[in-house]
Amino acid sequence: MATPAQEHSHAHDDHAHGADGHGAHDHGHHEMSFWSKYVFSTDHKVIGMQYMFTGLAMGIIGAFFSYVFRMQMAYPGHHVPFFGVVSAAEYNSLITNHGTIMIFWLAMPVLIAAFGNFLIPLMLGCDDMVFPRLNRLSYQIFLLSALVLIASWFVPGGGFGGAWTAYPPLSAKAQYNLTPMGSSLWVIAVALEFVAFLIGGINFVTTAMNSRAPGMRMFDIPMVVWMIVIASILFMASVGPLIAGAFMLLFDQTIGTGFYDPVRGGDPILWQHLFWFFGHPEVYVVLLPAVGIVAEIITVFSRKKMFAYKTVLYTAFGTGILSFFVWAHHQFIAGIDPRMANVFTATTVLISIPIAEMMFVFVATLYGGSIELTTPMLWALGFIAEFIIGGVTGIFLGSSGADIYFHDTYFVLAHFHYTFVPIAVIAVFAGITYWYPKMFGRMLNDTLGKIHYWGTIIAFNGIFIPLFLTGMGGDHRRIYNYDNFPELANDRLNHLREFATISLVVLIFFQFIFIVNFFWSLKNGKKAGNNPWNANTLEWVAPSPPPHGNFAELPNCYRGPYEYSHPDREQDFWPQNEPA
Amino acid sequence: MGIEHYIEQASSYAADIDNLIWLVGVLVGFWFVLIEFVFFGLIVAYRRRPGVKAQYITGEEKHQKRWVGIPHELVLVCDVVIIIAAVRVWVDVKQTLPPAGETVRVIAQQWAWSFVHAGPDGKLDTADDIKTVDEMHVKVGTVYHFKLESRDVLHSFSVPVFRLKQDVIPGREITGWFKATKLGIHDIQCTEICGIGHGLMPARIVIQTKGEYDAWTAAQTATASR
Repeated sequence: MATPAQEHSHAHDDHAHGADGHGAHDHGHHEMSFWSKYVFSTDHKVIGMQYMFTGLAMGIIGAFFSYVFRMQMAYPGHHVPFFGVVSAAEYNSLITNHGTIMIFWLAMPVLIAAFGNFLIPLMLGCDDMVFPRLNRLSYQIFLLSALVLIASWFVPGGGFGGAWTAYPPLSAKAQYNLTPMGSSLWVIAVALEFVAFLIGGINFVTTAMNSRAPGMRMFDIPMVVWMIVIASILFMASVGPLIAGAFMLLFDQTIGTGFYDPVRGGDPILWQHLFWFFGHPEVYVVLLPAVGIVAEIITVFSRKKMFAYKTVLYTAFGTGILSFFVWAHHQFIAGIDPRMANVFTATTVLISIPIAEMMFVFVATLYGGSIELTTPMLWALGFIAEFIIGGVTGIFLGSSGADIYFHDTYFVLAHFHYTFVPIAVIAVFAGITYWYPKMFGRMLNDTLGKIHYWGTIIAFNGIFIPLFLTGMGGDHRRIYNYDNFPELANDRLNHLREFATISLVVLIFFQFIFIVNFFWSLKNGKKAGNNPWNANTLEWVAPSPPPHGNFAELPNCYRGPYEYSHPDREQDFWPQNEPA
Repeated sequence: MGIEHYIEQASSYAADIDNLIWLVGVLVGFWFVLIEFVFFGLIVAYRRRPGVKAQYITGEEKHQKRWVGIPHELVLVCDVVIIIAAVRVWVDVKQTLPPAGETVRVIAQQWAWSFVHAGPDGKLDTADDIKTVDEMHVKVGTVYHFKLESRDVLHSFSVPVFRLKQDVIPGREITGWFKATKLGIHDIQCTEICGIGHGLMPARIVIQTKGEYDAWTAAQTATASR
């Protein structure tokens, strides 16, 4: 299956440097062994790192885009440092690609592919994925998709600017969007990305079902593994229609078909159904792994057994199933039969039930705990506190009557950033700070970690609370200059926009602290040892970083993952692999 | 702070929508404050203390599950209230069409709004129709039906003071209604991205008394026949 056994104890510096070098696409000066070890590796950990560094690199681009268009929002028409004056076409392309990148090239690769690849075999106590070569193919297609997307910004006409939802006819016809090549490359990139994750998803589900350590029953599987598996199933079940939809869009663009063209019997609304039938489950595809990461961290640092493990699992399945029946809440005012809105209002508001249950369970887990506010724990708690804001504001939008006003305003934007930033930023930092010792064998600097945490959390709220208010004031989305709308060009709204932009700049500044901490700690961090957090799950049995093949001896499993503070034991943790 | 604090209410259903937003705000606000309060309270109450071991609680027993189960049922009750309230507003605004006093055609295209007013005979598609670009005139207190059409891509017809928004779809004619309740001149905005000129698609709605409107109509007709 995997490449020939590597040296089991290669220096971790070497490992880290290699992974880093790959992320920056800078590996020309290395010798052959590097290529087989880090570029064409079938090792799940290396592939996980490839996904992580590619995803984070794309995330940096996406963050830069948001900086440029937020500057335009706050100071319309002014020169933006490191960019220049933003034209309307550039503005549309920046917002489109910001959304596309953050969902498809940051949240998905890091949360599902990076953590899934790194954690699933380690937490299940096996040596690699079931299909290591498929795994490698998955990353290669993903990398290709990223390159195609990047290329789409540099072709004549510029990058696609029809919003990340790409509604036709705007997205389908060059005469409307004025980006003949950019829009086709955008569709191709997205379709390739889907293929990569379909392949990866098959691998995750198969591995979790078939490669568990002896003795690990279904309810002994750590929650984060369950969540990635459920997310992969959701993705596989929802993405098919959109891949078909993407091909129809590509054909409309390139060979003159009329699937979305009303003049020739097509229907633009068809795309919206296909897109959101995928698009809404997609929210849960990235949410569930984030919730899983948070579950691992909260139990470890409150030294508590997870409150009602099975309930969490069932609510995740419940959310997943229900998420297939809510998509048209994105289309209340899109021209669908108004009677349909009533059905989708009911299903949408009811999805608050399993999600609220999940949040209640996390809060209940804290009860009676022994809570230590380490950096990963702060991120995990921050996820819950912030995600709840995203959750409750969603109720306004799911209520059809209220959505008539809120649809396509900044209230919507602020709402989903209060879900996606906790998912793709806060939970990602939670996961990276928690598993960094396992990934690289060293501890991150805690002081820098906490400065980074507070800077990020405060600035994050500073961006999006003002945007809730501008949304209530009527700011609608994807407008590059509000001066043209008399009711929106007032000082009150301008000040809020400016405040949000300044907060974003502050947020970006604090990310440099993380980058410094990340690379400084690779060499200078305290040595981690196998199990620095006294955690129960099997990845902490392996050496840090785990060598090729992961475990010196494959572990057995004797109990569930969350037996913390068990009354029969002196120690407050009970690793899954320790015989009774 | 409700929506009416930011932007005035100028249609018969604007207050209904604002009140629905208030209702949702109060219900979810209660849960938000409660859960955040309990959450931070627990973090403070159960900070690590030397020598104190955490409790072992599975959460699988009935008396433990109650702590999650009961709030859960109360959330369901709130959900049902919200669904009923939302659907009632929706049915009034979007699903039922009160009989029209006037009908106006609204045509969206990259990047302008055209309005076809019925003219003195009160009928569309007759010789006395009054066509305007980026300016729509309506009478206060009259129920209007609007017929939305697009010449190219998706647009969205939004009149914030009315709390009215409806996407415009090429190949379809979508009919909706409003009744203005207050005089004034306000924004019409395109709220669905429609290409590079999306930010340049404002129009104005002029809400007039019947007398003012008739005078405007007469002036327009006179100009047209000259």
